[in-house]
Amino acid sequence: MQALYAQLLVGLINGSFYALLSLGLAVIFGMLNIINFAHGALYMMGAFAAYFLLNLGGIGYWPALIIAPIVVGIFGMILERTMLQWLAGLDHLYGLLLTFGIALIVQGVFQNYFGSSGLPYAIPDQLKGGMNLGFMFLPIYRGWVVVFSLVVCLATWFLIEKTQLGAYLRAATENPTLVRAFGINVPRMITLTYGLGVGLAALAGVLSAPINQVRPLMGADLIIVVFAVVVIGGMGSIMGSIITGFALGVIEGLTKYFYPEASNTVVFVLMVLVLLVKPTGLTGRAA
Amino acid sequence: MSALTDDTLPVTPRAMRDEMIVFAVMAVLLAAVPFSGIYPFFVMQALCFALLACAFNLLIGYGGLLSFGHAMFLGTAGYVSAHALKVWALPPELGILVGTAAAALLGLVAGYISIKRQGIYFSMITLALSQLLYFIYLQAPFTHGEDGIQGIPQGHLLGIFDLSKPTVLYYVVLVGFLAGFLLIYRTINSPFGEVLKSIRENEQRAISLGYKTDQYKLLAFILSGTLAGFAGSLKVFVAQNASLTDVHWSMSGEIVLMTLVGGLGTIFGPVVGAFVIIAMQQYLAGFGQWVTVIQGVIFVACVLLFRRGLVGEIAHWLRRSL
Repeated sequence: MQALYAQLLVGLINGSFYALLSLGLAVIFGMLNIINFAHGALYMMGAFAAYFLLNLGGIGYWPALIIAPIVVGIFGMILERTMLQWLAGLDHLYGLLLTFGIALIVQGVFQNYFGSSGLPYAIPDQLKGGMNLGFMFLPIYRGWVVVFSLVVCLATWFLIEKTQLGAYLRAATENPTLVRAFGINVPRMITLTYGLGVGLAALAGVLSAPINQVRPLMGADLIIVVFAVVVIGGMGSIMGSIITGFALGVIEGLTKYFYPEASNTVVFVLMVLVLLVKPTGLTGRAA
Repeated sequence: MSALTDDTLPVTPRAMRDEMIVFAVMAVLLAAVPFSGIYPFFVMQALCFALLACAFNLLIGYGGLLSFGHAMFLGTAGYVSAHALKVWALPPELGILVGTAAAALLGLVAGYISIKRQGIYFSMITLALSQLLYFIYLQAPFTHGEDGIQGIPQGHLLGIFDLSKPTVLYYVVLVGFLAGFLLIYRTINSPFGEVLKSIRENEQRAISLGYKTDQYKLLAFILSGTLAGFAGSLKVFVAQNASLTDVHWSMSGEIVLMTLVGGLGTIFGPVVGAFVIIAMQQYLAGFGQWVTVIQGVIFVACVLLFRRGLVGEIAHWLRRSL
């Protein structure tokens, strides 16, 4: 049973990353109509930002948790201003191709300087060690990742669904021209939205650095799984992304325990099943 | 959905005559390669990728379907052909047939699943399916995991042509490429191709005109996958191995890049793009990961600056369809 609980926890952690990344993809897709293929590369940049802050600036985990997403988010906003904004009005596919190119550039540059092996990033002192919960041993850092991700996801949901800024955002997603007529600067909102989505990816990267090590290709395979998550959950609903992300992480964790050979493929197989049974995805809105 | 290409020019007899002239020139130039001193291995490899890119282009350029998982056909056909040649000791013609048939079957299954969603979702589904196959091949015993299937016997095609001779192999690959190319060209200009283009421009309208668009898309997907698989089977004889790189997502990206560089929805673009990208990889082989960076830069430049691609720009300038 100990092993089962341990795999469940791993599943929850992966689920946190799926949720944070698919949430960002959904927010970006809503405003920019672009599937951000660079999301995995930006997640990786978040982890590297934390690594640089620690090793070059002596800045530890806690400040990095705030600084890294901001720095990478600004990088994302520069990408949006210099490149992505020119794709408005073109076929969606060009956005995918452009961001795929950006992912290749970013990952290639990091691979040149850091190879393919992982760089270690230590767990902060306050979160070292573990607790005995009676039925299992819980490493504190892992528990922290799950709880903190959940809080960030819910905060993002609150921001978009319940605040005035979120209302503008949702309105601009539906009808940008009309929202502009009300005197709201829609292009700036688009840039900030992209920055927000990218920041969430970078935050996931910082959270994962002590668990998965810092590697140039850490986001490359992850983003494909997240795409499958997005196909399953659909991008129409923020809460849908969060729930699907965590649920698939848990299912993956269970598979690791009961049938480890399929743990790499279970999310893709589920995607196929969902497409066969309910082609519009679980949240039900057709693309 | 805005149009991907601007081939609004009608297909006139004159345009078709122009295209046939270009095709003849291409065929003659390629047939002359063994006498030119150019390294035939390089051209054979490029021809396999050119056919692969043409097959991919049938979907994106004429059906508006961006498959981000075409490496799955290359890899599947490659593995099956390699296994058939080495373990079952089948003759080359049957090895190619078995590999291509496997790709066709995969096209049927993968196509049935992925055309259930449109646009951007279609791309994500094809990518996820090819990643699924990547992990299956990584674990399946017959692919030999990271090592791949190596030392594949080339044999005698139809018992006559000795494929271990580079010149003979070259002409076999060339004939295969030209046949595949002509089949795609014929498809594009058939009534079937016209319906496909109408689906690309406006699927809802095609449906309202009574076309069962899902069947057309599925058929196009199977045809594209089969031809991509055929290219993969031919490549087995050239490279004499089948490995995981052929199923990896980065290979799917390269196929997209070749077609984008040459020109989406142009007839000769994928061929030009394949030669450009393979040549670039050859010359930059010593620069390690910078090749990836350069590929990324080309992606960005193509999307932002010249979406028509090399052949598309020339065609636009000449006001011809090429």
